[in-house]
Amino acid sequence: MDAQTSPSTLQTSGREAIIRVHDIVVGFGDRVVLNHLNLDVYRGEILGFVGTSGGGKSVLTRTILGLVPKTSGTVEVFGQNLDDLSERERSALERRWGVLFQQGALFSSLTVKQNIQFPLRENLKLSQRLLDEIAFTKIEMVGLKCDVAEKLPSELSGGMIKRAALARSLALDPEILFLDEPTSGLDPIGAGDFDELIRTLQQTLGLTVFMVTHDLDSLHTVCDRIAALADGKVIAAGTIEDMMAEQHPWLRAYFHGTRARAVQSARR
Amino acid sequence: MPHASLISVHSQDDRLTVAGRGAWTSEYADELEQAVNDTAHSYAKPKDVEIDLASVERMDTFGALLLERLRRSWVGAGIEPKVVGLAPRYRVLLDELARMGHEPVPPKRRHEGILERFGHEVVNAAKDALSLLNFVGATVAALLRVVARPRSFRFTSMVNQVDRVGFRAVPIILLITFLIGCILAQQGIFNFRRFGADIYVVDMVGVLVLRELGVLIVSIMIAGRSGSAYTAELGSMRMREEIDALRVMGFDPIEVLVVPRILALVIALPLLTFIGSMSAIFGAGLVSWGYGGITPDVFLDRLKLAIDLDQFKVGMYKAPFMAATIGLVACMEGLRVGGSAESLGEHTTASVVKAIFLVIVMDGVFAMFFAAIDM
Repeated sequence: MDAQTSPSTLQTSGREAIIRVHDIVVGFGDRVVLNHLNLDVYRGEILGFVGTSGGGKSVLTRTILGLVPKTSGTVEVFGQNLDDLSERERSALERRWGVLFQQGALFSSLTVKQNIQFPLRENLKLSQRLLDEIAFTKIEMVGLKCDVAEKLPSELSGGMIKRAALARSLALDPEILFLDEPTSGLDPIGAGDFDELIRTLQQTLGLTVFMVTHDLDSLHTVCDRIAALADGKVIAAGTIEDMMAEQHPWLRAYFHGTRARAVQSARR
Repeated sequence: MPHASLISVHSQDDRLTVAGRGAWTSEYADELEQAVNDTAHSYAKPKDVEIDLASVERMDTFGALLLERLRRSWVGAGIEPKVVGLAPRYRVLLDELARMGHEPVPPKRRHEGILERFGHEVVNAAKDALSLLNFVGATVAALLRVVARPRSFRFTSMVNQVDRVGFRAVPIILLITFLIGCILAQQGIFNFRRFGADIYVVDMVGVLVLRELGVLIVSIMIAGRSGSAYTAELGSMRMREEIDALRVMGFDPIEVLVVPRILALVIALPLLTFIGSMSAIFGAGLVSWGYGGITPDVFLDRLKLAIDLDQFKVGMYKAPFMAATIGLVACMEGLRVGGSAESLGEHTTASVVKAIFLVIVMDGVFAMFFAAIDM
């Protein structure tokens, strides 16, 4: 892994930025969603990304992933500018990140096991035995029982779909994991378990996690750093304590609102 | 020793030292698996084993899993291998894997034999017929409720559907039927000319188009164009629980979604049949003129003699029945879509195939019926 990182990766205050988003502008028609936005994600951290609904959180994620075209700016992942890559290099790079979509995006006509094996089959030449072992390991890693392996996504509950989708995004042992609202739609216990799972996986596999979330509990428990998006820019980035100390009205409303207070008093 | 780049084995007095090397990651997983299997196979019964991982540069789940497989192969034989030299950052991963049990691989889905499948298909076909009947009943009941309470009828929705399945289908229907008319006339003239009976091409085209082909071609086109759209729409609404949402709000999905769609088809299809038939006759007239030398006045005079109002009525009478069949089959299939994208595709295909099949069967039944009443 370390050997693959090109020397151009910039070191910022002693930490290596694994994703660098620089001066990015994205708009749809006349509406500018991301306005000269800058953001760094460091290797080995869990970054929580917050912002208003419809404020462009998912747009940023999709821009980094290359699903939304950008007007200007650069995105560097593993020190490589995504615009400069050839198709081959790009697909090699895409193997090194995993994405958990909000609705899971499992292939509905494949079983959970086939879903997990899909990226493996496409990218690697492996024996059926190893494929099965990997699939079952991933299924166990995300806290599912082995009997879901042969089930179709339509036979699973919402929480199980999220976990199965997480297992698929981890199939190729990625270095970066993108999570789009991983705990939305889960009950508080399920959401708590999921947070813990992400923390465990991050430590076990040495992942860098970019997590779009609204869940104040997740922000408190698992995120090493938080970045806040407002008016198309990152208005603040730092630890949860930094965020609590910020004076920006939206941040004050977010981190000191009724729900935030409830979370904090519960944590004391 | 093969695969020496990843594993090298050193054996001395029943003492086995397995040294790992290089990158134990997904890219090399295939070679590593072979190396692991070979090692476990060739040294099945050592006394004492040490697995040295000091030279392993990188490791991921793939490598860790194979290491665990190697370890377990000896543990199964009653030897506890010592794992040394593992970089501390991979310790958590290995512990995690070691903690996991041997998963019993669940039994594969059973493969059914050809006879069994045939049986299933027959049963399914019978169930299909029954559920179509059931659906017809439900639709008629909903229709009667609408007649009893006309204000609950979704007129706007129906007009919208008439626009989509009727008005917007006009160009393609015009084009296709025009071409069919041209081909009919050309073939007729070409073959009749040998008997000196060119002029009878007008009789043939007139009767064939007005009575049979106009309505058949248009029905088949509409089954493919609008029936499939109905199935896909209702099917994706079902997948996204929109149908359930309607139901819990106290609406009957059949009344809200199905009745306007079927009525729209019942209105649109006869109109399209009329337009299509005229277009086919127009095409036939042009070809007769250009290719067969039958001038338009002759063509029209002959047409008046050849056909009577009954021929036209037979075609038009059939159209609404065809429309209702297409609509019913399409909506029924749409509401039976399951959770997956595959199921949506399956039911859309089934919708078109069944609709076309039923349209042709009904055409045959109508032919017998009209023959019996001398029309």
